[in-house]
Amino acid sequence: MPALLAPALLTIDALTRTFGALSALAGVSLTLEARERRAVIGPNGAGKTTLFNVITGQLPPSGGRIVFDGRPITGLPPHAVARRGVSRSFQRTNLFPRLSVLENLRLSAAAGAGGSYNLFGRVERVTAPLARARETGAAVGLAERLDTAAGQLSYGEQRQLEVGVALATRPKLLLLDEPTAGMSPEETQRMTRMLEGLPRDVTLLIIEHDMDVVASLADRVTVLHYGEVLTEGTFDEVKRDPRVYEVYLGSE
Amino acid sequence: MARALGLALVVAAVLAFPLSVGPYPVKLVQEILIWGIFAMSLDLLMGYAGMVSFGHSAFFGIGAYTAALLLPKWPGLLSALGAPALAAALGALAIGFFSIRVGGVYFIMLTLAFSQMFFALTFQNAFLGAEDGITSVPRPLVFGVRISSLGAFHLYLITIVGAAALLLHRIVRSPFGHVLRGIHDNEERMQAVGYPVGRYKLLAFVIAGTVAGVAGSLYTQFVGSISPDAFLWTTSGEALLMVIIGGTGTLNGAWLGAAAFILLQSLVSSYTERWMLILGLTFVLFVLFAPGGIVGALRGRVGVRS
Amino acid sequence: MGREPGRARLPPSDRVPVVSDVFAQALNGLAYGVLLFLLSVGLTLIFGMLDIVNLAHGSYYMLGAYAGVTVLMMTESFWLALVVAPVAVGVVGAVVERLCLRPLYRRGPLDQVLLTFGLIYLFEDLVKWIWGGRIRSIPAPALLTTSVNVLGATVPSYRVFVIVFGLAVAVALWLLVEKTRLGAVIRAGVFDSEMAAGMGIPIDRVFTGVFAFGAGLAGLSGVIAGPIQSAAPSIGATILIPALIVVVVGGLGSLKGSLVGSLIIGQAETFGKAWLPGASMLMIYAVMALILMLRPQGLFGRPLK
Repeated sequence: MPALLAPALLTIDALTRTFGALSALAGVSLTLEARERRAVIGPNGAGKTTLFNVITGQLPPSGGRIVFDGRPITGLPPHAVARRGVSRSFQRTNLFPRLSVLENLRLSAAAGAGGSYNLFGRVERVTAPLARARETGAAVGLAERLDTAAGQLSYGEQRQLEVGVALATRPKLLLLDEPTAGMSPEETQRMTRMLEGLPRDVTLLIIEHDMDVVASLADRVTVLHYGEVLTEGTFDEVKRDPRVYEVYLGSE
Repeated sequence: MARALGLALVVAAVLAFPLSVGPYPVKLVQEILIWGIFAMSLDLLMGYAGMVSFGHSAFFGIGAYTAALLLPKWPGLLSALGAPALAAALGALAIGFFSIRVGGVYFIMLTLAFSQMFFALTFQNAFLGAEDGITSVPRPLVFGVRISSLGAFHLYLITIVGAAALLLHRIVRSPFGHVLRGIHDNEERMQAVGYPVGRYKLLAFVIAGTVAGVAGSLYTQFVGSISPDAFLWTTSGEALLMVIIGGTGTLNGAWLGAAAFILLQSLVSSYTERWMLILGLTFVLFVLFAPGGIVGALRGRVGVRS
Repeated sequence: MGREPGRARLPPSDRVPVVSDVFAQALNGLAYGVLLFLLSVGLTLIFGMLDIVNLAHGSYYMLGAYAGVTVLMMTESFWLALVVAPVAVGVVGAVVERLCLRPLYRRGPLDQVLLTFGLIYLFEDLVKWIWGGRIRSIPAPALLTTSVNVLGATVPSYRVFVIVFGLAVAVALWLLVEKTRLGAVIRAGVFDSEMAAGMGIPIDRVFTGVFAFGAGLAGLSGVIAGPIQSAAPSIGATILIPALIVVVVGGLGSLKGSLVGSLIIGQAETFGKAWLPGASMLMIYAVMALILMLRPQGLFGRPLK
């Protein structure tokens, strides 16, 4: 289908989420095209992670709609959202610490296949997830560390695996929550290059604080403030917007 | 290779046991085998799926009572194994369905409540023998032969317990078993990558419950009777003790834990009355300092699973 | 191990219960409810603060009763036993918390629950070792051995004492928790211990304190129950389940829930045993299961995370 006529991959319509009197999301609307790379930025407390949590089903919305790939996913549980092709990485590293890097990735890769109720087979014989796991391990730069327990990786390596686990499910939409959080400049560069190298058929929605990363990766940027979309545009447009500047300064 | 040889030696020794020693040690071994497989089924739940249940005795009891009710009239293998397994499976499906949706501590308490409900049901029900339970349960007929002799029952028991243990080992190494381990390590992430975790937990619960039901049925056949005490939450607790002392998440630790418990109970109690104190102390010390149990201590570490 | 309390084999009573009989039963139920309340306060606070179901809580009840036995043996004073027993059990609770539970905090609540289960065996046998396995009686103080006539029913004055004393403790607890700074600290710890620690509250000491306090109350319940049910090694395990049910019904972490829950369960068990001996046990467990399935936070507990 020609890009002009294709419906958006992700449409978020007036999404709200309240916690008692606190309004974490106060009516967020957002449209994401397939193959796009969008960054979501905003000061702490703007509702970015809450947005991710609601999209992926970890939190039910208080109002609004989410349509992904032509079908509504509002209020679906996390595993169902993942099955539809939306995958996410977490701001606080959320791995399987006692399992090896390879097993972390293999479990993720095997999630889609129906064969996991297999009670009697041998894991080594189910080749597709293993192959995908190795592929993903190489893609995130952990090919040398596949046999190490996830809990024993360095912080930077864990963040790489964090993205890898989300990637191994072959998602159509990948939500990355501050992938470079806590990383050194070299690690950040490595992660940025890795993300740049991802195939374009994986649409990216990234929460980031590091503006260099945003500048390198993002086609467009959405700015959130107090649970609402303040403005949207290319990185340069947003950078020049005086309101954005105020919002970041005001939150110091 | 060495492991297989060692295993074969152990199996041979256990098989040959009745030929070489008197009935008392044999009965001890048989009791260890029955409690061992019961504890192993609990280890599947606890050590691999990460679900701590204080209601596992419900399925032990369901299997035990089913066998006790059916064997006097229909002494075949269907009553001895088929029906108890099915009854326990159905019980596990029902109880699991309601218990799994609440997590953590509430799961512990709900499973406890369910097994206590069964206790109350059997304790106050005349048809089921009330407080005294059901007695005079005959040994089953296997291919037309009544297995009442020590040797015959021993062979029968080892075959069934062995098959169950092999089944559990196989399951744990399967893709399904690996999913359980993932759930144990990080349930939230498993959901996030697309696993309907509740369904997997339920299946694990039903498998564990079914094996527990077979253990219960074997117990009835072993003793020849069954009482409501089988359903007590403390019976579940004792199985938990065995799993932890042997080594959670090792499957084979269950044999060691059952052996430790039963030997403490019967041997130590002939020297001192304080076996319960020793048991409690051992358990507390294991939880505090040796969470990997005996197997973990032997291995020298809590290993990486991949 | 402990047997269930549903072993009443009362002869079928007159078809129509007489008002004074009902009233007598209600007072029994109230007295039992008060005992359950004292026991469940600790259980619910410990859960609220530490996310542990302290399965050994019944053991503190038992230890209280036995501490009472010893104090009575040595001093012949029931009132002294009433004071010493809870303190002694509180000390035991503090020791247990520091030695056994504190090392497990980072390992998560399931390991802690398992450890408390092991303690049940340990305490029960310890008691058998020190005091012997047979039942030890705790006679009521001379002041309270008579019976009184309340609304037509003849009730042992000791039961009335239990009720009054228990309700007084309930009021005192309410005042403590709602009106004092210490109470505010406890409430903060129960509500969100991480946040409380972040605010500079010495959360470690609060944990030990709450644990000791809860154990002490359980011990108090045990010694007060002494004249009614004596001291035996099995009473701990026996009363644990009703206490758990109270906490589930009332709501884990809620003091108000403990009071309401224990009054309800106290009456339910007492009347159930008297009027429906065949089904009372099952009914109580069914209630517990239903609440856990439909409203796990109980009547007044905080909603599940």
